[in-house]
Amino acid sequence: MYKYDGYDHAIVQARVAQFRNQTERYLAGALSDDEFRPLRLQNGLYIQRHGPMLRLAVPYGLLSAPQLRKFADIARRHDRGFGHFTTRHNLQLNWVQLPQVPEILAELAEHELHAIQTSGNCIRNVTTDHFAGVAADEIADPRPWAEILRQWSSFHPEFAYLPRKFKVAISGATEDRAAIQVHDLGLQVVRDPNGEIGFKVYAGGGLGRTPLLGQVVQEFLPWQHLLTYTEALIRVFNRYGRRDNAFKARIKILVKALGREEFARQVEAEWAHLKDGPATLTVAEVERVAAQFVAPAYETLAEDDLCHLAHLREDKAFSRWVERNVQAHKVAGYAAVTLSLKKPGAAPGDATSEQMEAAADLAERYSFGEIRVSHEQNLILADVPQRELYTVWHRAKAAGLASPTVGLIQDLIACPGGDFCSLANARSLPIAAAIQERFEDLDYQHDIGELELNISGCMNSCGHHHLGAIGILGVDKNGQEWYQVTLGGRQGNDARIGEVIGRSFAAAELPDAVERLIGAYLAHRHADERFIDTFDRIGIEAFQSAAYTQTRPHPHQSRRVANG
Amino acid sequence: MAKQIIKERRLQDDAWKIVALVDGEAPFDVCLPIGPLLVPLAVWKAKKACLIHREYEHGTPLGIWLAPEDKVEDIAADIDDFTVIAVHFPKFADGRGYSTARLLRERYGYDGEVRAFGDIGRDQIFYLNRAGFDAFVLGEGKSAEDALAAFDDFPETYQAAADQPDPLFRRRVA
Repeated sequence: MYKYDGYDHAIVQARVAQFRNQTERYLAGALSDDEFRPLRLQNGLYIQRHGPMLRLAVPYGLLSAPQLRKFADIARRHDRGFGHFTTRHNLQLNWVQLPQVPEILAELAEHELHAIQTSGNCIRNVTTDHFAGVAADEIADPRPWAEILRQWSSFHPEFAYLPRKFKVAISGATEDRAAIQVHDLGLQVVRDPNGEIGFKVYAGGGLGRTPLLGQVVQEFLPWQHLLTYTEALIRVFNRYGRRDNAFKARIKILVKALGREEFARQVEAEWAHLKDGPATLTVAEVERVAAQFVAPAYETLAEDDLCHLAHLREDKAFSRWVERNVQAHKVAGYAAVTLSLKKPGAAPGDATSEQMEAAADLAERYSFGEIRVSHEQNLILADVPQRELYTVWHRAKAAGLASPTVGLIQDLIACPGGDFCSLANARSLPIAAAIQERFEDLDYQHDIGELELNISGCMNSCGHHHLGAIGILGVDKNGQEWYQVTLGGRQGNDARIGEVIGRSFAAAELPDAVERLIGAYLAHRHADERFIDTFDRIGIEAFQSAAYTQTRPHPHQSRRVANG
Repeated sequence: MAKQIIKERRLQDDAWKIVALVDGEAPFDVCLPIGPLLVPLAVWKAKKACLIHREYEHGTPLGIWLAPEDKVEDIAADIDDFTVIAVHFPKFADGRGYSTARLLRERYGYDGEVRAFGDIGRDQIFYLNRAGFDAFVLGEGKSAEDALAAFDDFPETYQAAADQPDPLFRRRVA
């Protein structure tokens, strides 16, 4: 992974000193709340229900074992011993004390960690595929490009006060696992007929109040022009994006208002002035950065490890975990392991300090000392030899990191919601818990199969509800929490925004409604069809009528139904 | 005491006056006091001949100020006429002026004074300076001494901007 040199260290340390000074002036009353707000936000610091929330950056989702241990240590000493991994790879701490934040950032800086631009109306953390570098379908490793973008966007002097936040995602594989079409700027690595690398550029995607998929503004942007083109595009946004209404200030609204062609034309006109200028990337720089993402020293292994195959045959629980949580690797004899942060009783994406340390230990012993954070809010060990999977499983299980449910209903995505977030209209976590509890039975979950269920506590859509096959959105109706359900959303190459099925549900009705939706799927599915496939084949009506039909109470739920 | 501004990283006396249109006032009707003036774009457009006359007849240097929404492109042809181009920040969170300054410097090669005024203070100085501003009139009650320290907030920067034509990757020494 990328190692800081003297320049990177000096810049990040200067930021710590700058923020220390800002915090001191704020605490001394020399900066007003309004003046301090954007400054603290650009260091990831929110004022939340319980006090400050600090969002720490995990650039493109990649962490070393010592870095993850540092997170664990910070969470233990400055928080309540746990943190929350978000859908944009970052780690949120919910109970830090404002006067301690500069010290926390100083400690993080020593480990090449920071909270730079994890919030605010600026260019945010660049996200990517959590299987970068190990996926068989990779065109080129996206991480060097993500690091180049990280450096370019850090403290960009022109783009610190944009109309609204600006999120970039990049995918280097044929299957998009980084949700690039729902980002302000989505970059897909492609190769031209000569094998030269370039980017297919999507602009104006985003979820929130007006969910829109990105529009293609460049079919093939040669790699040399990545920074000049991006600068031109964001300059057009900075100058012409709406600033009169925060709900209409994202770039997607500008792209929609101008239309794809006119927006692309304006970017092109701006770019004409910057193209081939000094910000044009050089072979030397790309090689310098790419050299830090070279493949680790893999052993030469057989495609299949015999011991591993024996364990698969003999241990059903293990084979179930492998089926869900172990993904193919491009190198023979290796696999990628998902350490699940989803289980009943814990908020999705939450990890205790002990779990972070356990994951760091596993990474060091079995996966070249690196961990990734996925946008599905899990941790990934990307390079585990197949022969170690059985041991990794035992150790992960002991640490509570081995729910064998990746891609199943229990692996749901949820934002922190109204329990923590001051923006939320409704709570997400009790809904997540109720659904996880309802579908806790593993056989039932495996029978239902792949299903993405995403929950957001408000229209800001941090839980990506629009992209869930089942999406749940918390809404406020006269001070009460209600939940709107959408169906048919999906991420990936065929990204789609889910459709609203009808009136909202009260919290107590929701597990039953979800169960009825799943009942409709089970009743209609053809062999091997996933929920989303059945939905595509039969349409929304069958699900609508199921969702609003009162059926006999579920045997475990008669109490709740009797109350409601 | 003469009004002071931050210019070339130190406090200096300043003689420029800002002309603003009052509500409903027609740009042509605005009265132009004696001395160097920063006029709004609309006044420049309406009274260009008159302003240029002042320059030639009385040696009064020309200045203009741009609102966040004003387009640099609209003054591109006249750019060398101005001794000062000021950019107003009614709210510091409106960042359009940063693009304005970079375009003035990097696209149009303007080498006169580019002045930021309005709701700005020490926490904006570093980026403003990088974007091409070299003069600063701070918001009410802001400490100039504090602001002078902000020029050195970062020892290095990654990107090319008005203050540094080459990005770090072209300057990096291993």
